[in-house]
Amino acid sequence: MQSNFDVSNMLDVFEIYEKMEQNNILLSFKGEITSDLLTSILQIMENKMVNMQEEPKLKKKVYNVLVECLQNLYHHMDDISEVSHENNRSAIFMIGKNQGKYLIYTGNYILNENISRLKSVLDEVNSLSKEELKDYYKKVLNNGEMSMKGGGGLGMIDIARKTGEKLDYDFLEIDNKVSFFTLNIKVTQQN
Amino acid sequence: MDKYVIEGTPKTPSINFDLNGGVLEIKGRSIPENSIEFYKPLVDALDKYSSAAKSATTVHVQLEYFNTSSSKCILDVFKKLESINKGGSSVTINWHYEEDDEDMLEAGEDYQAIINVPFKMVMVNE
Repeated sequence: MQSNFDVSNMLDVFEIYEKMEQNNILLSFKGEITSDLLTSILQIMENKMVNMQEEPKLKKKVYNVLVECLQNLYHHMDDISEVSHENNRSAIFMIGKNQGKYLIYTGNYILNENISRLKSVLDEVNSLSKEELKDYYKKVLNNGEMSMKGGGGLGMIDIARKTGEKLDYDFLEIDNKVSFFTLNIKVTQQN
Repeated sequence: MDKYVIEGTPKTPSINFDLNGGVLEIKGRSIPENSIEFYKPLVDALDKYSSAAKSATTVHVQLEYFNTSSSKCILDVFKKLESINKGGSSVTINWHYEEDDEDMLEAGEDYQAIINVPFKMVMVNE
């Protein structure tokens, strides 16, 4: 029997599945990031880590970094509906585990005009040593402007401190108005 | 107002502030998206308390997790306590951390470096 579907327009679900399998993805989500969604993702990941009998220390680190990553998406995602046909409040989030390391991937649209500000925060954080990050954190905590949304880069500083890794990021230009911002974070046992 | 009490939720800590006894406890998780909204009533309660503070004020902070959005609000709470300490009530902040949680210990030390109030780092066995 012939299918009525135009196969060329359909997603290759198996291909996506295999990609995720190869990368040991534990959980992935694409869509609008809401407060309830964050609560659910955190609960699911916490349960998964308990079931996998993860070391309490690593579990805490992963949980903390997850909170910051997800709340970054929630607070700072640009609304691009005015300048683009793309779905406005949509983002992607994935978490995987490979050889004892947790890998967190996030991606969201950003207005090109906001890139330089974010890039300067990321580059500043990446240029600092562990001790310098500690001082920078205290400085921003004590003097930084705090809005309803959060604290002027405090989240990124915290992620860098807790993971002990550089922030691996990229801006993929979509057109002259918007880009796609990706952040890859590695969490390991070591401090 | 004798007491300011808030039940904990998966995203916000329990708060137990006994104004007559001069004891404030903050326990649990503090990871709300909007921390200012959550902490404002506590800062207001501390304001009220400061006008009739006890000779000693004991604070226990025992957090499992807190996000960076909360960290600034917690600093605001500590700054209130700093001014209460200056005003004559001797304040002690007991910062509890689990044995293996170096990040939480370090977070306490960060506050200790900023706030001019005696801190005690209290290790809790899991």
